[in-house]
Amino acid sequence: MVDMVLALWNEFWPIVWPLVWIVIKILVIIVPLLIAVAYLTYAERKVISAMQRRKGPNVVGPLGLLQPFADGVKLFLKETIIPSGANRAVFLLAPMLTFFLALAAWAVVPFGEGLVLADINVGVLYLFAISGMGVYGILMAGWSSNSKYAFLGSLRSAAQMVSYEVSMGFVIISVLVVVGSLNLSDIVMAQKNMWFVIPLFPMAVIFFISTLAETNRHPFDLPEAEAELVTGYNVEYSAMTFALFFLGEYANMILMCGMTTILFLGGWLPPLDIAPFNLIPGPVWFALKISMLLFVFIWLRAAFPRYRYDQLMRLGWKVFLPISLGAVVVVSGVLVAFDMLPKAGV
Amino acid sequence: MTFMQRTIRTWFLTELLKGMFLTFRYMFKPTVTINYPYEKGYLSPRFRAEHALRRYEGGEERCISCKLCEAICPAQAITIDGMPRDDGSRRTLRYDIDMTKCIYCGYCEEACPVDAIVEGPNFEFATETREELMYDKMKLLDNGARWETELASRLKQDAKYR
Repeated sequence: MVDMVLALWNEFWPIVWPLVWIVIKILVIIVPLLIAVAYLTYAERKVISAMQRRKGPNVVGPLGLLQPFADGVKLFLKETIIPSGANRAVFLLAPMLTFFLALAAWAVVPFGEGLVLADINVGVLYLFAISGMGVYGILMAGWSSNSKYAFLGSLRSAAQMVSYEVSMGFVIISVLVVVGSLNLSDIVMAQKNMWFVIPLFPMAVIFFISTLAETNRHPFDLPEAEAELVTGYNVEYSAMTFALFFLGEYANMILMCGMTTILFLGGWLPPLDIAPFNLIPGPVWFALKISMLLFVFIWLRAAFPRYRYDQLMRLGWKVFLPISLGAVVVVSGVLVAFDMLPKAGV
Repeated sequence: MTFMQRTIRTWFLTELLKGMFLTFRYMFKPTVTINYPYEKGYLSPRFRAEHALRRYEGGEERCISCKLCEAICPAQAITIDGMPRDDGSRRTLRYDIDMTKCIYCGYCEEACPVDAIVEGPNFEFATETREELMYDKMKLLDNGARWETELASRLKQDAKYR
């Protein structure tokens, strides 16, 4: 009997083990990510309240530090209401899709040298594709709710995300031209001597502002303009379905900041490759840079009013698109003129 | 020149940055809100909130059932029934205030010739049912007993302005 079990074990373990190992690796990424999302909501409320000279959450736990968990428990325990006019299947699928995409993108993000779940050689394209698919979750949610506010919100959201993705794409192309690789780790390693934020500063700014629009954040949060559209595409959602949207949205914010960090702020690299800086491990630098960008996200929310819809579209199509398109030409022109193009096959 | 200035302002986002640094500075200023249930703000002696019927120091009710408060009440929240007592003094049998109607204007307090009905400083009298907000004479006298020190000192502070 024991022999049989052992034999079975020996036969199946080599097949099962890789699966178990990958699940462990996924959990190691996702669990801290979800905790980071929870505390991002807390940080947002605290920072904005400080900027508005309020106290912010301070009741649950010391300094209100357990507030995100209280909110989470509340959302878990509430009833999921499905409107009678809604398309049930799509209505329930939409938040799952949003959440799934927000997590799936993290597969290719390098947290340190070699610390990446899937080191694929088209990492940038993968990220871009996944973040582009985020529109589907929102469109599905808006359409299936069978509510005019949700529908209008999702249309705005989709239009905005599609418009800004165009200029984001061009900015990414100009970075790729400099690096000569689509692999995210290669992009970070190419910034060993100088972060791309210095030579490509205007593009970094455009990229950052586009990520604001891409994640539907202030001052481009038209999809959830609460004064006109209640909260936009997720009006009809409650409890866990709402929580999934919320988590997905904030995970996307972190992802976009991560993308900006990888493309322009040198990923996990320390600011200077000298003693006190390069002793701190890479993932810490990566997290620090992301936190800094997230702080700017929140800061912008506290500082600016919302854009009008036509202004938003004007900025996307008439300002960012020509500038980023021109930037691709200028960057590649300079590289060709000074013969600095990355060599093929390196 | 103005064209240049405007162009520079647009392209270098100076105004946006200025706005951002303004909010950043505010982040380090002390908060203007208070930690409400644990900290409370200042209330003026004239603050008008929950009503109370006061008694004289000897324990006799002040209210003489003159019905001036009932007459002046713009929301018609007060209902009074009164008749002479055995000793010949006139007292209320019934003194009801519908707190859901009351607009806290303070006219009842001002109309009262004997300082019987007053509005005290207690604004935390929310209830779970509507019925609990239909105050009767017992409730109002009870409030008077509970808040008397406070009520008396507030009336004294405000007396010179009346």
